[in-house]
Amino acid sequence: MSLNNYSIKELVKSLHKGDLTAVDTAKMSLDRIKEVDDQVKAFITVEEENVLAEAKKLDESKEAKGRLFGVPGGIKDNVMTKGVKTTCASNFLANFDDPLYNATLLEKLNKDQALMIGKVNMDEFAMGSTNETSAFHPTYNPWDLNRVPGGSSGGSAAAVAAGEVMYAIGTDTGGSIRQPASFCGVIGMKPTYGLISRHGVVAFAPSLDQAGPITRTVEDNAYVLETLAGHDELDATSANRTVPKYTESLKKDVKGLKIAVPKEFLGNGVSEEVRESVMNALKMYELLGATWEEVSLPHLAYADAAYYIIANAEGASSLARFDGVRYGKRADETEDMTEMLKKSRGEGFGEEVKRRILLGTTMLSSGYRDTHFAKAQQVRTLIKNDFAAAFEHYDVIIGPTTPTEAFKIDETLQDPLTMYTSDILTVPVNLAGLPALSVPCGYSEAGLPLGLQIIGKHFDESTVYRAAYAYEQATNHHKKRPDLGGAN
Amino acid sequence: MKYETVVGIEVHVELKTKSKIFSSSPNIFGEEPNTNVNPKDLGFPGTLPLLNEEAVEFGMKAAMALNCDIASETIFDRKHYFYPDSPAAYQISQDKQPIGEHGWIDIEVDGEKKRIGIERIHLEEDAGKLTHSSDGSLVDYNRQGTPLIEIVSDPDINTPEEAYAYLEKLKSIIQYTGVSDVRMEEGSLRADANISIRPVGEKKLGTKTELKNLNSFAFVREGIREEAKRQEKMLDKGEVIQQETRRYDDKIKKSVLMRIKGDADDYRFFPDPDIPPLHIDEEWKERVRKEIPELPDARRARYIKEMDLPAYDAGVITDTIEMANFFEETVEAGADVKQASNWLMGDLLGYMNKELKEVQELPIKPKDLAKMIELIKDGTISSKIAKDVFTYLVEEGGDPEVYVKEKGLVQISDEGELTKIVGEVLDANEQSVTDFKEGKGRALGFLVGQVMKATQGQANPQMVNKILKEEIEKR
Amino acid sequence: MAKITKEQILHTADLATLAISEEEAEMYSTQLTEIITFTEKIQNINTDGVKPTIYGSDNDNVLREDNAKRTITQEEALKNAPSKEDGQFKVPSIME
Repeated sequence: MSLNNYSIKELVKSLHKGDLTAVDTAKMSLDRIKEVDDQVKAFITVEEENVLAEAKKLDESKEAKGRLFGVPGGIKDNVMTKGVKTTCASNFLANFDDPLYNATLLEKLNKDQALMIGKVNMDEFAMGSTNETSAFHPTYNPWDLNRVPGGSSGGSAAAVAAGEVMYAIGTDTGGSIRQPASFCGVIGMKPTYGLISRHGVVAFAPSLDQAGPITRTVEDNAYVLETLAGHDELDATSANRTVPKYTESLKKDVKGLKIAVPKEFLGNGVSEEVRESVMNALKMYELLGATWEEVSLPHLAYADAAYYIIANAEGASSLARFDGVRYGKRADETEDMTEMLKKSRGEGFGEEVKRRILLGTTMLSSGYRDTHFAKAQQVRTLIKNDFAAAFEHYDVIIGPTTPTEAFKIDETLQDPLTMYTSDILTVPVNLAGLPALSVPCGYSEAGLPLGLQIIGKHFDESTVYRAAYAYEQATNHHKKRPDLGGAN
Repeated sequence: MKYETVVGIEVHVELKTKSKIFSSSPNIFGEEPNTNVNPKDLGFPGTLPLLNEEAVEFGMKAAMALNCDIASETIFDRKHYFYPDSPAAYQISQDKQPIGEHGWIDIEVDGEKKRIGIERIHLEEDAGKLTHSSDGSLVDYNRQGTPLIEIVSDPDINTPEEAYAYLEKLKSIIQYTGVSDVRMEEGSLRADANISIRPVGEKKLGTKTELKNLNSFAFVREGIREEAKRQEKMLDKGEVIQQETRRYDDKIKKSVLMRIKGDADDYRFFPDPDIPPLHIDEEWKERVRKEIPELPDARRARYIKEMDLPAYDAGVITDTIEMANFFEETVEAGADVKQASNWLMGDLLGYMNKELKEVQELPIKPKDLAKMIELIKDGTISSKIAKDVFTYLVEEGGDPEVYVKEKGLVQISDEGELTKIVGEVLDANEQSVTDFKEGKGRALGFLVGQVMKATQGQANPQMVNKILKEEIEKR
Repeated sequence: MAKITKEQILHTADLATLAISEEEAEMYSTQLTEIITFTEKIQNINTDGVKPTIYGSDNDNVLREDNAKRTITQEEALKNAPSKEDGQFKVPSIME
């Protein structure tokens, strides 16, 4: 039996009926991990005995079964899990064995009786686009093990694509859910800023960070988001509004849906095959009764620059707390307090994280704060305004998720600027705080998945899902699975 | 050369909310180390600050009481510095938009009135505490997150005495608002002074040094005096004053260099994205303003004007709100104003100072003190007995009338009874009677003493005097 | 064009309390020069009078009621500590 045979709804149905137990689904997930994770390396921590014990507890529970009862999922390793090591894929936190508390999103999953299988790999502190900055090991793209799965939620996307779990939680500061979803041929949703609580999600850039689900299908995704979303008193930036039934919105067609396609999304750097797959998708939308028009969002060209200033300035601040005093890495043989703090950080952080701390610290220091950081915050306003203007006339904005197919291993690592600018299509969405989803829209010549990015209005995840679902159901892209052998 | 001293004072006041400013941990002083902490206070990743409404309102209240304008929009900023007492390596504070600005306090030194400006008041979090031992330092995060207000004065203070008066007045006003205990010995009020000097007549400010570790108002006064002297000596010798942080050592009565302030101080302030901005509308301001009680200056003026209390008495009685309230309630319960103020300033303050207690910590109640004063007035007890009754009120508390009756302390004013006792005393001391008749006035005092002894001090002294003289006449 | 010197990198590393080697400083100097120069394209936009976007959401006045609670013990507080003593976190002293 394989998880690949089920949608989340089907799995939940079998579990509720008793055709399957939580122990069965736990074993399906654990078996698949044993089968393929040597190749994919999506996981950092899988505590098999604990997972089975938890599954057994669920099976023995007298409570009414929750809406995610026994559904196996993976959690990105920057989400705090009480009693379970949380590393952010960093040497600094390699021995952070008990974070003492659960992230709110995990509490919500637990309340609906979801089953956490383990913690998945990522770029160190979510700083990276390839999963190669993980201090432990890279994760490999299930479609081509010589390629990266994307990042920073590469472990999440790869685990779902490889059929190891039914869903995985990712986080997205500048594309870290959507880009790996695109590279791995799965559905990745970055909701509106504030929809899912950030409490317990290790901060990278607190004004941009947002967690979200990665799944194999749009319907699965909408189903999981219904559990994750909602107001949280423990996060002052959390949105206080009612969560709609996203799965209900899927039933409606897209006739009359107005789509905007920013020409800046199809400009230089976007590969021909990516452009073509997007054009084909737009043709499909026409067939389905939607209309699309090319528009211009003039400030998108500055989004990457503004993003790298803001994200890393905030990031340098977020990572200041890692000092080796209360938890985490402590450098050996230091006799002076300041030396201890410096060395613990210097030894605990990898090259990319240090680069970003230096960049971010520069941006906040005197001489740059007013001219660069404050300026970037103003540019952010202009980008927000561009989106707002477009949304006065259109329901969704569509373009590619990434300019190219998945990179080869080591391809970008030597050139940070190239890696940074590959986020050009995803970062504007975080700057504007909008919801956006990546759905597979074809395959490159090399057989690698390509992703279509659908951007919605603030808190209008329903329309994003509706647009994605209509397209997914009209195509066969999502039915293709990577071939990793075994009971795929 | 003649110099003028210019001082600005920064005061940190801990607010006595139930919980910390950005987390729900209890805000209590003096617990076991690291027991008043949660993952937020320990700077655990993923934790978020949650602003305490009471801390904001306490900050507003203090700012209003110090005549500040309250910001209609205010935000919180991160101030970065690495030190183990700061678990996030940034302190959440307010940089560009403090909650209050442009306030003032009126002080009086040697009868001279002066207005000291307050530049700003902002909210921030306190840090943890380090203790240093021979083989390392230990960190306790209990204090981390205690709400603070920082009150920054304008450089309007020119003498150590003005600094002292400023702090006394500031403490008194904050104490009235009820937002802090303002106890320097527990660290709930801390003061640093920025000191510079300039030749008299010079407009440009001199280079300032910051004086820390001032453990009492008296040390602030002393520290400023000594630091100004040090600077004067330097300038007279043609030396250049450096911008530095110094600590006042009260044992050697000198300031000691802690560190030289460099350009390296770069706190990289930026608005904390985790804390949404605060918009304070007029309605909110008014609601908070209504909760501020009548402040010491207003009360003092009212006591002088409406109650005819001497200025000095009014000043002493209005020092703390509890004392002032006690006074008013005593008067409201019927006590004579002057009597009430005498008992408060004399015996009550004396007892409080001796026992190191505040009036609200004592069992004595205003209505009971008023009743005791009434008992003296109507002759039920003598002033001598009253001292005993007062001790009972401050130590145990209760109804003085009941106490006086139970203990049999009521004054004997019955003429027949006193005449009988006087007769007995005269019979037993014939020599003294003779002495008195021979003009030795001292003998009367002895006889009064004997009567008091016989009545265990309860005889009405005026009547004893009168009856004695009458009875001696008859012999 | 911004030129971030090796000395600037070392100064920034100091601000960020980050131990880096001379070689790292050299490398970061080249890379940050390139990256910061790239970001300076935003200097070409006129932003006069544009309000900065500071927060991700439009929330304001989010306040917590002043209620106190204890959630962890001293033992839990110290559970992940690299070094501890007498209920406290232990660190090396400052050397003068």
